[in-house]
Amino acid sequence: MISDLFSLTVLLGIISSGIRLATPYLFASIGEAFSQRSGVLNLGVEGQMILGAFTAFYVVMNTENLLLGVLAAMGVGALMGLAMGFVSITLQAQQGISGIGFYLFGLGMSNLLFQLLVGTVETVSGFPKVPLPILSDIPVIGKLFFDHNILVYLAFLLVPIASFVLNKTNLGLKIRSVGENPEAADSLGVSVSKVRYFTTIFGGAMSGLSGASLSIALLNVFQLGMTAGQGFIAVALVYFGAWRPWGVLAGALLFSLVNGLQLWIQVLGINIPSEFAVMMPYILTIFVLTLSRSKYGAPSALTKPFEREG
Amino acid sequence: MKKTKIILILVLMLMLIFTACAQQTPVEEPDVEEPSSEEPVEEPEEIEKLSIAIVSPSSINDFAFTQSIYDAMLALQEEYGEDTIDFVYSENMFIVDDAAAAIRDYAASGYNMVIAHGSQYGSSLQEIAPDFPEVSFAWGTTVDTFGQDNIYAYEAASHEGGYVNGVMAAMLTESKVIGVVGPVETGDAKLYVDGFVAGVKATDPDIEVLVTYINNFSDVALAAETAETQIAAGADVMTGTAQMVVGAIGKIQENGGYWFGTQADQADFAPDTVVASQVYHWEVVLKEMIGLRSEGTLGGQSFVANLANGGQVMAFNPNIDIPEEVMEAAQAAIQGIIDGTITIELP
Repeated sequence: MISDLFSLTVLLGIISSGIRLATPYLFASIGEAFSQRSGVLNLGVEGQMILGAFTAFYVVMNTENLLLGVLAAMGVGALMGLAMGFVSITLQAQQGISGIGFYLFGLGMSNLLFQLLVGTVETVSGFPKVPLPILSDIPVIGKLFFDHNILVYLAFLLVPIASFVLNKTNLGLKIRSVGENPEAADSLGVSVSKVRYFTTIFGGAMSGLSGASLSIALLNVFQLGMTAGQGFIAVALVYFGAWRPWGVLAGALLFSLVNGLQLWIQVLGINIPSEFAVMMPYILTIFVLTLSRSKYGAPSALTKPFEREG
Repeated sequence: MKKTKIILILVLMLMLIFTACAQQTPVEEPDVEEPSSEEPVEEPEEIEKLSIAIVSPSSINDFAFTQSIYDAMLALQEEYGEDTIDFVYSENMFIVDDAAAAIRDYAASGYNMVIAHGSQYGSSLQEIAPDFPEVSFAWGTTVDTFGQDNIYAYEAASHEGGYVNGVMAAMLTESKVIGVVGPVETGDAKLYVDGFVAGVKATDPDIEVLVTYINNFSDVALAAETAETQIAAGADVMTGTAQMVVGAIGKIQENGGYWFGTQADQADFAPDTVVASQVYHWEVVLKEMIGLRSEGTLGGQSFVANLANGGQVMAFNPNIDIPEEVMEAAQAAIQGIIDGTITIELP
């Protein structure tokens, strides 16, 4: 029944699954790309995401104010980014390890707060779908691309914006120079710490927003451990995308489309063990990551703390 | 930079292992003698004062597996009184090593009975139990007592409630397509899903049942996307098991379909969507263990919670106007399973 895979329903289904699944990755990966471009590897994305997801959910549950939920999630993510910045920039701790620490902190904290403040699984009314006028009326494509909640649009809109900021603005230049050659940037009067603090805080806010996109937009529910490792995939996608927003988009879409594909493979009853089907996107990501010989290297100063000499 | 890449790949692989292994390790089903839980227990007899400890992989309010044992303890406490039974719990013991430490600590600190509520805790229990001959251990969901006389085993005949759910689902679907979201294809989840499919097929063999195992117990987003996929493939009635299904329930709710629950009453979560839930009443089997213990038997037997002994109960959602013939079919299925006139054919 492999041929069933090539029907229009299935194709549309895979694409729309891909778009929804890619949304949280886009936020988190683009935030992470900024922080890595400045030289800070933040492995705590998962922790920032889940705490952001909880915060957004909790705020919306109590205030029914979606904007406030989003801002609170970004705020909590930014605070965790600030803490990550303090540990890795000011204290110059080993970044991989401290990132794992922040992941565990976020996971444990979200569990604790959920038990204390919410107690049981509940739903909230999150962001509704907003069909874009005119565009959503285009047959087939309209429904597919222009009938989503606002955070989905925002995630995809973030890609060109991020690309523009990184490549065409003064701020982007500073971020890149700090990540490639902090000594040179420093001698030109760029504050390495300030730039890195900015990117880790921004990255944290984006991870928080990513969590919010799950808990108050795509799923409208909070469950313990619900991010289920997506934060780590987001970090992987930054490598996959060679630290470029468009590359990140390609990676996020590839991973999510393959995930959508494997769901259809199971639904269509194609005889592949479900364990294998579920592994497909992961295997693919590891495979591409291992083989990728990008013409763009990693930022030279990634994971290296900067200490001013003399 | 090479190094970071390697670390990252390692982390990814680690996650792959987590996803693949998920939460319940497959348990070998040993040959066991007929479970001794056929007749329901009568009046609560006088029992000794008991301190019970529970160790469980998810949280006590997960609307699923762990909540079922927690609710059972509350029921026991209500029946025997808080003076006779007091209990403590360690929840979210997803990591088996942590759970093993907790089990040992509880046994060492004077609890009479330690319930290891998770099939993945088996090998730990096998190691710990001989060190505490005075303590009763209960292990679920399984049938294996490791031949040790201080381990009780308990499991649910979850295919029975699954069958009843399946019968109702088959009568409620209009599209003739039903979706199922499962965690891993083993143990209790598989038993429930197989029972459900058997119920559907016995009612209407032409109905297509889409079964997807996502090999994960916590990925709510993936469960939701699975539901979206099955709905796109035509499903208008769904079921599923484990705590990540809340994502799937949300999606079938959005689409105005029906959901059938298991492990705990999920009607509170989605009052306009959940038609019926199979609810575990572990207190039925726990009472038998407690009774035996007060007579001096510390373990060595295995129990099954099923429809006949009341260890499993169908909870119908009063908010949903279930058509009369569907209700009748459900009751007939329950009766048939209890009488033994219905045999559930499992693959």
